[in-house]
Amino acid sequence: MSVTTAGASQQGMNTFRRLFARLEIDERLLGMVASLIVIWIGFHILSDGKFITPRNLYNLSTQTASVAVMTIGMVFVIVIRQIDLSVGSILGVTAMIIGVLQARWLPPLVGLGSPSIWIITVIAGILIGAFLGAINGLIIGYLGVPSFVVTLGGLLIWRGCAWWVTTGQTVAPLDQTFLLLGGGAFGTLGEWGSWIFALLAVLVIVYAAIQRRRRKLRFGFPVRPIWAEAAVVGGQCALVVAFAATMIAYEMPPGAVKQLAEIKGWVIPAEGLTVAEGIAYPVLIVIALAVAGIVVLNRTRFGRYVFAMGGNLEAADRAGVDTKRMTFWVFTLMGALCGVAAIIGSARLQSAGNSIGTLDELKVIAGAVIGGVSLSGGVGTIAGALLGAIVIQSLQSGMSLLGFDASLQNIVTGLVLVIAVFIDQLYQRRRKV
Amino acid sequence: MADAKGADDGQAMNPLVEMRNISVSFGGVRAVDDVTVDLFPGEVVGLLGHNGAGKSTLIKVLSGAYACDAGEIWIDGAVAPIHSARDARKYRIETIYQNLALADNLDACANLFLGRELESGVLLDEAAMEDATRKVMNRLNPNFQKFHAPVAALSGGQRQSVAIARAVHFNARILIMDEPTAALGVQETKMVAELIQQLKREGLGIFLISHDLHDVFDLSDRVSVMKNGKLVGTVRTADVTKDDVLGMIILGKLPTGTAQPR
Repeated sequence: MSVTTAGASQQGMNTFRRLFARLEIDERLLGMVASLIVIWIGFHILSDGKFITPRNLYNLSTQTASVAVMTIGMVFVIVIRQIDLSVGSILGVTAMIIGVLQARWLPPLVGLGSPSIWIITVIAGILIGAFLGAINGLIIGYLGVPSFVVTLGGLLIWRGCAWWVTTGQTVAPLDQTFLLLGGGAFGTLGEWGSWIFALLAVLVIVYAAIQRRRRKLRFGFPVRPIWAEAAVVGGQCALVVAFAATMIAYEMPPGAVKQLAEIKGWVIPAEGLTVAEGIAYPVLIVIALAVAGIVVLNRTRFGRYVFAMGGNLEAADRAGVDTKRMTFWVFTLMGALCGVAAIIGSARLQSAGNSIGTLDELKVIAGAVIGGVSLSGGVGTIAGALLGAIVIQSLQSGMSLLGFDASLQNIVTGLVLVIAVFIDQLYQRRRKV
Repeated sequence: MADAKGADDGQAMNPLVEMRNISVSFGGVRAVDDVTVDLFPGEVVGLLGHNGAGKSTLIKVLSGAYACDAGEIWIDGAVAPIHSARDARKYRIETIYQNLALADNLDACANLFLGRELESGVLLDEAAMEDATRKVMNRLNPNFQKFHAPVAALSGGQRQSVAIARAVHFNARILIMDEPTAALGVQETKMVAELIQQLKREGLGIFLISHDLHDVFDLSDRVSVMKNGKLVGTVRTADVTKDDVLGMIILGKLPTGTAQPR
């Protein structure tokens, strides 16, 4: 009896495998999506229906954004078989500098509230981050000091510098336009903007799929059956639309509506006014950077060399890849993304304090690793790593929703990380056999 | 016969490669000491010696991985300064290393074009690269089908054929193969041997490096034997027995009564 059940379930598994093979979907990615759904439903039940709500998912999306941006860079770093432990501290010092820049230095120069403030601040944030990353890259790539040591030092150094910028004072208030980059009540696309974005995204997904298929057919390469193609593209489009709809379903809090009405000169009718939030700006930044990152990693020479270096550094060297320069640029890119994360993070918190980004390096690395980026290098996807970041953030925000202690949150996150790496190794061992 | 041509007409035509009086030192150790070897088009020269005899070091000078302290490399009768892997590539020298120098996580196509990717604009032209890979692999190993699997999933022979395909696709004239069949089974060794014959017919010059005589004796037209960084001698495989060569490797002496060719 038990034998037949096992046989039947095995057969069921194989049917699934074959289905995924036809769809050309990575079964690992699907496994991650499944565990994310389990986590969400679990928290939803435990919190009496508070987790899977537009409000909570909206907050989750803006909370994840800063870590997600850095996770994109961390994929590059880990795939070339390096590590960057300094990302949280680079975020911290960058956030402090741009906080002071926009709150104290720029207003006397260009006038308080000048629209140039946020633009200068954003550019400065990215450049400062890139510069700090470049220092890492120089020492690791050209001087050959192990990245673990260099960035462990950086973790302390830049956190110390973050304190030094204002000798520990928190910088606030920040520029009003700058704050929109963190989401908040007004930093969103709104209802129509979100629908237009979803429509554009669907068009891009469909167009890209058609192009890919055409290119393959032109050379006579095998393509997946049309039903499978339609299922995959349809699934992606449905995800986009569902996300947009959820974000639109989140209504602006009444206080914010009142503020908005005042600014716009609207008259609020007696029965009240509902304004949809829609997709938050920081999430748009993440999506844009993720798409760019995926293209660079998978469709350019730079990305190809990133994988080659992680797979066999010597082979890459012999093939003429300038591995030192590549290392330099990967860490510089990581730094620039820390700069972007500093912008999003400080804008979301509406202030810059010297502890901003503390322990973010662990969230970023954990997200990437949970998302299937192998610490032994050469393997990883940005999509997977971002899913991993969402998993980590879901765990944390779910646990705080349930009123778990911060200490307990750390324990659970740590356990999940170790278990995820263990599962990863099981998976790799199985693949080798 | 095409096989013998390179060696027979050797005196008449320029050698493809001449490494003249090459010396390489690491610290106080002379890894290669005044060694001269040459290679003609369509010829296979085996480079033999124990581990540490200096054969790998010598050949890395040719592939641009090491600089020599003394000596010159001549290609097509002209001095060829080779200081880097890029220089070696310019002279169409391709090396297939012992550990294969493939990135295990990438597929055959990505490995074949590693360092020389085709691009359309700023993006990789994956389709064109796959097309070219399919063409060259069809020529070398028609049974090969795993174009999208990471090369870690391929057999030793398949990996070897990817490495050779890489050299062939980029029009190598001089091929350096380090222990070409050491890691392979009987069938796969046979496959590689056939590949080498085909490349000879196409006029390539091939250096085979091995510490195992049996690995290269039957494939080579000539063998050069090294011991302790010095060249023991170069003999035509048609003129000697395996035991003669074994004596050269172990004792470091030329077999009695054998004149050195040229």
